[in-house]
Parts: sequence; structure tokens; C-alpha cells
Amino acid sequence: MRALLKSALALIAVGALVLPVSAGTLEDVKSRGELRCVVSTGIAGFAYPDESGNWKGFDIDFCRATAAAVLGDASKMKAVTSTGKTRFTKLNSGEGDVLWRNTTITFSRDVGIKLTFVGVNYYDGQGFMVNKSLGVNSAKELDGASVCIQTGTTTELNLADFFRANNMKYEAVTIEKNSEARALYMSGRCDIYTTDASGLAATRSTFPNPNDHKILPEIISKEPLGPATRQGDDQWADIIRWVYNATVTAEELGVNSSNVDSMRNSNNPEILRLLGVEDNQGQELGLNRDWAYQIIKQVGNYGEIFERNIGTNTPIGLARGLNDLWTRGGLQYSPPFR
Amino acid sequence: MDSPSSKSNQASILLRLWRNQEHRSTIIQIFTIVIMLVFLGMIVRNVDTNMRTIGKEFSFDFLNSPAGYDITFQPFISYSPTDTHTRAGIVGLLNTFLVAISGIIIATILGFTLGILRLSNNWLVSRIVYVFLEFTRNVPILLHILFVYGIFVYTFPVPKKAISISDTVFFSNRGVYTPAPVFEEGFKYVFISILIAILIIFFFIRWSRKVQDTTGKIYPVFYISIAILIGLPLVIFFSAGSPISIEIPALKGFNFKGGTSIKPEYIALTFALSYYTACFIAEIVRGGILAISKGQTEAAHGLGMRPNRTLQLIVIPQALRVIIPPLCSQYLNLTKNSSLAIAIGYMDVVATIGGISLMQTGKEMETMIIVLLIYLCISLFISAFMNWFNRKMALEDR
Repeated sequence: MRALLKSALALIAVGALVLPVSAGTLEDVKSRGELRCVVSTGIAGFAYPDESGNWKGFDIDFCRATAAAVLGDASKMKAVTSTGKTRFTKLNSGEGDVLWRNTTITFSRDVGIKLTFVGVNYYDGQGFMVNKSLGVNSAKELDGASVCIQTGTTTELNLADFFRANNMKYEAVTIEKNSEARALYMSGRCDIYTTDASGLAATRSTFPNPNDHKILPEIISKEPLGPATRQGDDQWADIIRWVYNATVTAEELGVNSSNVDSMRNSNNPEILRLLGVEDNQGQELGLNRDWAYQIIKQVGNYGEIFERNIGTNTPIGLARGLNDLWTRGGLQYSPPFR
Repeated sequence: MDSPSSKSNQASILLRLWRNQEHRSTIIQIFTIVIMLVFLGMIVRNVDTNMRTIGKEFSFDFLNSPAGYDITFQPFISYSPTDTHTRAGIVGLLNTFLVAISGIIIATILGFTLGILRLSNNWLVSRIVYVFLEFTRNVPILLHILFVYGIFVYTFPVPKKAISISDTVFFSNRGVYTPAPVFEEGFKYVFISILIAILIIFFFIRWSRKVQDTTGKIYPVFYISIAILIGLPLVIFFSAGSPISIEIPALKGFNFKGGTSIKPEYIALTFALSYYTACFIAEIVRGGILAISKGQTEAAHGLGMRPNRTLQLIVIPQALRVIIPPLCSQYLNLTKNSSLAIAIGYMDVVATIGGISLMQTGKEMETMIIVLLIYLCISLFISAFMNWFNRKMALEDR
């Protein structure tokens, strides 16, 4: 009887652990003292562990920026890795607080999967990579080819659409992880590797001979990549939105990690508002007064994050292109801090 | 209004119920069931509240909307991205069946062979089999699958440099391409002749058994049956003017076109699952044979039976009784392990409806329930079949 009672108590205890996700992500993060970001399992330049096991990359830097804003310390973040297939489940089940994982914003994800997308931190599009020895110059010449794709992505659907629209046939080799898809492409199991152009550049940079491969000129889709939060927590969504906006505004105003201290004495009222010197916008967000200062001081502005991880001086070598500031002909544009 | 005496009366009734062993066990059982139901209810309620909190609706409507993605391996029914999620799921299910059935057949043959070889008197043979069995059984199946797939993809050349056997069969890392038969009009006669041959064999076996019972004369039933099965259709085939033509695969553009292609994903998955499961079956077979006491064999020899017939009529029928129940669970394991297909991109039911459909629609709960029920049904079906087979083989009370 005692054994029965014990097991009954154990059952109830397990049941109590499966409690619903609470609505206030901000309070959860603050009381935990650690921010959990859902990131990919490893894409060079975007999210990857370095030699000593520390996570680095474009997405990781935005996660660090969020940690700096919310907890005042950029290092208080944890990377929750996920495949393309499990990312939304991990966010919705509360395993991660925010999704910083080059994820395309689409109608079905926003409406159907019940996510809140708060901005586009990278404008991308799907491309094709082939071995130069095949002598292919255009995606229209790919009839009958074998294509390696990652499952659970918009890529899969775009690919089917593209080949159908151009009346071509193909053999899809569907793989769960980027690293496996890369290995299959290298072995010659596939003629083509397709994913977002930024991902192609990142993957190519890890090849032994990157120059043997080329990215075809056709970009077959729009892939606006951005962070996502669980639907229904507006305060938390606001925080993520303005963390991203702060990095873009900082670049626009010429505030970077090395001059941010002297900028606190600037004459520009917008800079003073951003850094929390005059207004206390942080408090309205539920954050500290110096939240944006911490982001810029500890992580940097948008341009710094871009150039450090994926810019032209890195092995990835991506040009700013669409991701330049609107003042220089790009699409990165932040609403004003007012 | 309760008087004190009636209260104590009630208590004593409860106490009496409790002291009765039969009643006590009933009370405990009811208590346990209630706790289980409460626990189950909590889980369901939790899922419901959580889904409501994020505003998700529980519905299976998505099954009728177009899937939008491609499935490379669709040997049975045609499928295109404009078809529904249901059809995509069925394509995946058929692929699961294909792997499970071919895996079970190969694993059984290989397992019985290995099991008997393991008992061989030849020291070298039994040692080699022993090492193979121990190595294979002690490495997780996922690694075997990735290993076989890796070997296939990396050792075979790309299609342009494919290894060919007299330009008809090609081996490349995109698969094995073989000539495909194209059936012409007259082939139906050949097909009918195969059916007739099977019928003849059936009656021949019954007749020869009767002859054996009455006169004791034994015919070489196996060889004669094979001769009928191959001979009759062959005669019809040539007399109908060879009504079959062969389509030979040829390299066109990126890949081979024409003929039949067997994809590396299918080969790797089936092969890895079969030899892995075969190792377990081998041990079961060995145990089954060892369970039959030596006296049985010696008695059969004493009656003048030859070793072959001793094995066929005395040892194997008795060993089967020991072998079948654990064999059944190996078949179940193989079928369930086939869900690891996604690791190498073989499009089974988990990869289609439980993978891509899940992702594209965001219906985790619904798709997972479907996949769970499908596996449950398959497993229950295999169990039922093996139970039936076991009853048929079981010792009859005499």
C-alpha cells in the first residue's frame, strides 16, 4: 500500500511538472537569470560553436544583444540548438524564449503556427550551388538533376514550385541537417545544393576548395529572415523588436561599440534618447534605462554584427546588398526612437 | 441527521470491507484506476490549455490541402506536389511497408543462416560468425544505417563514371540502375501459366504425401516442384514468341533515364535493418536449436533417418516453437526501427506526414497522433499474425 501511495505521489509530481507555459516570458527570463535562444545546429557565420565550444555568429550576436538588454550581460545566454523541423515546437513548448535562427517569415508560420515575427534582420533569397565542372550557368538548365535540400524549410516548397513552373523534373534528396546535406553534396550524391543564398555562401566557405563551386545567378524566392516569439506575449515581442531596431538605429546614428561612451555626451537628442540619457524608454519596455547602451557596448550595432560574422572580410564574404541601411540603398530601416 | 452510533457503524462497515482480502484488492484496483485516469486527464487538459494559450486549433482539416513538397521515392502510387497531405502520407506509408517487408524477409533468411553457421562444427566459420554477431549487435542501429549509407555514397562513383556490367546494369552513388522489363500483350499467358504451375505443385505435394503414407516411397518433392514452377512458364514464354522487351537505362544529362533504379537510401536502410535484426534472429535460432535435446536427434538417427530429414522433421518443427515468440518481437523491432529512415532521407511515413507535413502545417499534435496510430496498427497486425502462426505451430495436446 505504501508503495502504491508512493507511486501515486510520483505520478502527481510528474504531472505537476508539465504545467502550462506562463505568459510572462520577461519575468521568466529575469528570474532565471539566463536567456535561452533557439538557434540552428550549426551554420558557419550565423550560429556555430568555435574551437572552444562557445557559440558564435550573426544569430548568436543578436541573442547576445537580447541578453545584454534584458539581463545587462551579453554572456548570460544559452543556445538551444534545433533542426529545421523542431524549431517552432521548441519555441512554442517554452524550451526557448526567442527564435534567433535564420527563419523565413511566411504567412503560414505567422498565422498557422501561431508565431509573432517582429522584424527582418536579414533579407535573403533561395539560390542554387553547383560544382563548376558540371558547366551549368543557369538554374533553367537543371532538368533531371538531383537536388540536396534540408527538410522542414521553405526551401522545399520553393524548389517544388520552381521546377514545376519551369516544367523540369528533379530528384529531391531530403536531409534533416545542414551538415549532412553538405556531406551528400560533396560526395556527389546530389548535383545541386539549394538553400538561402547566405547559407550557400556560409556552406561554401567550409569546403576544402570553395572556388570549385559556384552559386547560380537565379534567386528563386524571397526569404526574409527574422526573429520570432510565441504569440500572445506582446511585451516580450516588443522587446525583441526594439532590440533589433536599436542595432539598426545605432548604425544609422553612427553609434558603435567603441564610441558609445563618448556618445552619451552627444548633442543629438535621438542618440540621447536611444542611450537612455534623457528619456527612460527602457522602463516602458520593462527593462533597465541603459538597455540599448548595453547592447551597443557589449555587442555592437547592426553593421558591426554583420561585418564581424558574415561580411566581406570574413570567409563567408557576403556583401551588405539588400541588408545595407536604407540611407545607402538597402532595406534595413528602423522606426524612430521617439 | 447522523447520530454518533450510525457514524461509527459506517466506519465499521468500511473497516470490514478493508479487512476482507477480496474487497481490499478491489478497492486498491479502483483507487489505482482513478489515479491513472486523473493523471491522463491532467495531461490532456494541459495540452488543451497550452494549445488554447497560443491559439492553436485541434483539427485534421490540413490533410485535404495540397502538400506542396516533393517525394523522390514513390514506387507504388504516383504523387506530385499538388496532391494532398493524405496522399503524401500514404506514399510514405507504402515506403515504410516496402522497407519493413523486404527487411523482414532478408533478415529471416540471413538470421537462420547465421544461426545455423554459428553452431557449425567448423571452428573458423563459427568464430567468424560469432565476431560478426557480437560486433553488429552491440552497435546502435542508427550508426549502422549511416555507416552503410556513407559507404554506398562515398565508394560508388558519380553517374558519369558509373560502373557498368556490359552497359546494361549500372552502379553509381545515385543508385543501382537495371534494365526494366516491358510487358507486351502475350505476357498474360505466361502469367496464367505461373498460376497453373502453382496449382499443379499444390496437388502434386498432396498426392506425394499420400503415396508416402501408403507405400513409404519418397519423391524428391522440392526439385520436382521447382522444375514445374520454372519449366511450364518458360515453355509458354517461348511458344508465345518471347512477349517481353527490355528497357535499358542510359545516361542522359545529370542522371540515368529508363530502366529501373534502386535508390541508395532504400538499399542502405533495408540492408542495415536486415543484417542488424538478422543478428538477433541468429541468436534466437541458435537458442531454439540448442533447446532440442540431443536424444531426439539420436533417436531419429537410430530409426534410420538421414541427417537432412532429421533436421527437417524432428529438430526444426520443435525448435520453431521456441523460436517464433521472440522472432515476432524482432519483426516488430525491425518495423519500428525503420522510422530512422529520416536520418538518410528515405521518405517513409515519419519523414512525410510526421516530418515535412508537420513542419509545413505546424500541426505537431495531429500529425504525431496519426503516426503513432499507424505504427500501433502495423505492430498489432504483425503480432496478431505471429500469434496465429504460433498457435498453428504450438504443441498439440495429445
